[in-house]
Amino acid sequence: MTNSFQNKAPLLEVDRLSVDYGLKGNSLRAIDGVSFVLRAGEAVALVGESGSGKTTTAMAIAGLLSPNARVSEGVVRYRGERLPIDDDAAMRPHRWSETSVVFQGAMNALNPVHRIVKQIAEPCMLKLGMSRAEATARAKELLELVGIPADRGAAYPHELSGGMRQRVMIAMALACRPSIIIGDEPTTALDVITQAQILKLLGELRSQLNLALILITHDLSVVAECCDRVMIMYSGRIVEDGTVAEIFADPKHPYTKLLIDSIPNPANGKKMIRPIPGDPPNLVNRPSGCAFHPRCPSAMAVCTTEVPSLDKFGQGRVACHLHQSLQNKVTVHA
Amino acid sequence: MRDTADILRLENLQVHFPIQGGLFDRVLGRPSGAVRAVDGIDLTIGRGEIVALVGESGSGKTTVGRVITKLAQPTGGNLLFDGRDMSSERGASPLRPYRRRVQMIFQDAYQALNPRHTVFDIVAEPLRSLRLVENDAQLTERVSEALTGAGLNPPGDFFARFPHELSGGQRQRVVIAGALAVKPELIVADEPVSMLDVSIRAQILQVLVDLRDKHNMALLFITHDLPLAWLIADRIAVLYLGKLVEIGSADDITYNPRHPYTVALLNATPQIGGDADRGKLPALQGEVPSAARVPKGCRFHPRCPLAFDRCRQEEPPANEVGPRHMSACWLAK
Repeated sequence: MTNSFQNKAPLLEVDRLSVDYGLKGNSLRAIDGVSFVLRAGEAVALVGESGSGKTTTAMAIAGLLSPNARVSEGVVRYRGERLPIDDDAAMRPHRWSETSVVFQGAMNALNPVHRIVKQIAEPCMLKLGMSRAEATARAKELLELVGIPADRGAAYPHELSGGMRQRVMIAMALACRPSIIIGDEPTTALDVITQAQILKLLGELRSQLNLALILITHDLSVVAECCDRVMIMYSGRIVEDGTVAEIFADPKHPYTKLLIDSIPNPANGKKMIRPIPGDPPNLVNRPSGCAFHPRCPSAMAVCTTEVPSLDKFGQGRVACHLHQSLQNKVTVHA
Repeated sequence: MRDTADILRLENLQVHFPIQGGLFDRVLGRPSGAVRAVDGIDLTIGRGEIVALVGESGSGKTTVGRVITKLAQPTGGNLLFDGRDMSSERGASPLRPYRRRVQMIFQDAYQALNPRHTVFDIVAEPLRSLRLVENDAQLTERVSEALTGAGLNPPGDFFARFPHELSGGQRQRVVIAGALAVKPELIVADEPVSMLDVSIRAQILQVLVDLRDKHNMALLFITHDLPLAWLIADRIAVLYLGKLVEIGSADDITYNPRHPYTVALLNATPQIGGDADRGKLPALQGEVPSAARVPKGCRFHPRCPLAFDRCRQEEPPANEVGPRHMSACWLAK
């Protein structure tokens, strides 16, 4: 199983990124040493439960962290060049034209008192220096691109359905021809049929425009439909990274395994789902060692004290002591 | 069918919300319409049976749940509970015995729990207001029992806690314990796990299935998620724009769907490793029309890839397509 993107030059490199949130004088580590590479045209999913750090990772990359967040370690590089992700003003030229974000709640992200065509035209005027007429023409083009008839551009957000609004969000994100789209749960608020339409649209746009996609989601089954690679996050760290086919056919991390087993899947006919015991950890008292150890059926003594590193394993990466000891044994005997 | 075994029976149940026209419309005598949220539903739930009601937003699934729990009034049809017509019953005290027997679990455990009450008081409230206990000892016993039943062990540890001290999964368990405390015969659960993290969902589903297995409790499980419905339910009823388009066993609906809308829902549902049956029908275009303007004939015809002339004119009846399997489609025979 080879990943066709592996030979391409990295578009985005996230290197040991850590973000802390300040809270009443304390600081909480939301993500802890997150590293990955995104290549042109590649679709990568960041999957995790609430509090896993998937949204913080994405917002850090886009330079959209909230004011009480601080990048405490690590760098993000775009085409080899370091991004000023903790400097709002310096980030401005990079947003929209390199990385755009499609947010979850399209109703909250759109301005209710402006016609949608005007909202899409705005970044074109500000960023690409277009005249109003040019920008309007571009906005209409973009509407057609996302499957909305150009004459609907005169509508206000409240006149559109949830699916249409999400299409408008995508059109806006595409306005300044970015090479990376970050989708933060872009289909979570939508019905399944609309969700399927939006996922199909994202897939089409991706191949048409050679877009790289970072999809933030809690839903592994959505990932199966539209991504090349998936990174599983737990309590602020990536615990497994692999191609979609690998992860679903042969998950390595116990958390990934349990997560897949807890999704009802009529395709395999098994009605039994295995609950994962316990609750996701909160950031205030993250368990020592591997954060998953209190819930892990295969936890060993070492898991309670040492954080497993995210090491290469097969085609992907996994952060689990089980596999580290396994791999060490292999090297010893070889 | 075994009439006596049914705990709940909906007969041609309707909920129409009138639309108040503007002054201009009234002066001109224009007819004001209605939102036909629930537009003639026939459904039975047996004792100890889990029925899933599946539909998209705007299909009317929540309204059905609200009518059953008497939080909304039907505008037509009958609601029979244990053989007795409850559709026109109203008022707090006549409904008190009914509320003991039918309970509801809401989706959002954050909003369903009073942040200023302890877990004990939250779970004790229905017992107190329905006057089901005589003294404090009894009350403590019933609250403990309910918390244990919802998987909060040991119950004493939770008595004095407030909702904000609990995790999302624990909060939903408290909501379930509140419903459970009065030992109802039917629970209506409206999207009980959709707000929860994936790793927690299975735990909560297990609690609900245990209630049925141990106490023969019937459950109406309202969801938009077909695989979830398949997992938990004995039967699935698929709702589209206020009307049931297909009812059948969970396996029949999932593996042998007989209505184009059910097929479309299944096709649209993202699945891990399962695409063998995809592509039989083209993906649906457009979105669910407004319940204020229900299409003539079969209400699904404007979006149906198989629609023909008859579908545009006549509304299809519920045809029996197999044992306890109905489909409201002219093509299903």
